[in-house]
Amino acid sequence: MFDRLFRDALSIGLATGVYAVSFGVLSVAAGFSVAQTCVMSLVAFTGASQFMFVSVIGAGGSAAAALPPAILLAARNGIYALSLGSVLRRAGWRRALDAHLVIDESTAMALAQEEPAERRRGFLLTALAIFACWNLGTLAGALAGGVLGAPETYGLHAIFPAVFLALLVPQVRSREVLAAALAGAGIALLLVPAAPAGVPVMASALAALPLLVKRRAKVLA
Amino acid sequence: MSWTAVLALCAAAYALKAAGAFASSRGGTLASGRLDVLVVPVIAGLIAVQTFGADKALVVDERAAALLVAAVLIWRRTPLLIVALAAAGTAALLG
Repeated sequence: MFDRLFRDALSIGLATGVYAVSFGVLSVAAGFSVAQTCVMSLVAFTGASQFMFVSVIGAGGSAAAALPPAILLAARNGIYALSLGSVLRRAGWRRALDAHLVIDESTAMALAQEEPAERRRGFLLTALAIFACWNLGTLAGALAGGVLGAPETYGLHAIFPAVFLALLVPQVRSREVLAAALAGAGIALLLVPAAPAGVPVMASALAALPLLVKRRAKVLA
Repeated sequence: MSWTAVLALCAAAYALKAAGAFASSRGGTLASGRLDVLVVPVIAGLIAVQTFGADKALVVDERAAALLVAAVLIWRRTPLLIVALAAAGTAALLG
């Protein structure tokens, strides 16, 4: 029960919780009520989009201006859900519940595991740890305001790429996959100056095309 | 702020997740659980943007140093929690 997977999921959850406090602070400062702030974390439950949304509004933008970039940032969850086919439960309403838990961290943790049962456990533990911490942190931030200061002061912004790298490494089992990963990073970096927020990371998926074509050929052969 | 905007964000965020989840449950050759290859480049792109992206610009700052430290520790098979703390420590010192 309290094995490596559990500890990893909990550590990611706690780091995310500190970010949630910032989100709560920022959201209330941008003019949202405590209830609205908590509903966003409970129902939208996708960090980057929520930050984008309240930042644009906080900077004086309208909802019409804030929604498109926030939705673009949320769109990659669709790609994740698409690729988690076998990790999510099959039956209709259960799948609908599981879909809610599809975020960067739960996806990366699931796919870093080898066995199907471990994938499911990694997905669920990470998602639940983050769900709990994200929502408690949001409430604390919305009620208490900026007690902690910016997470960047503690270097917390550097945790996420480090954790994602650790979860990515076990998945790179061949040269082709390594090439796809590097190409994905390259596509994203090229697009950062040109494309709206959210688009660069989504466009990285294009780097998987050669792998998909090859697998398809295998299936049909 | 209006509830309409909040609920629009919530609806869109969930709809995107559900669309992917139900598309992948339809089976077929497209989604026979082999779409997991999509995630590798997307997570790689996410790492790149989180490390070097600053709004519309690319910068090399304390985050890059933190990722380098993390990479070395990952290569040495260090537990994830230590990797995360080392990355945060590096960024906090240099930031």
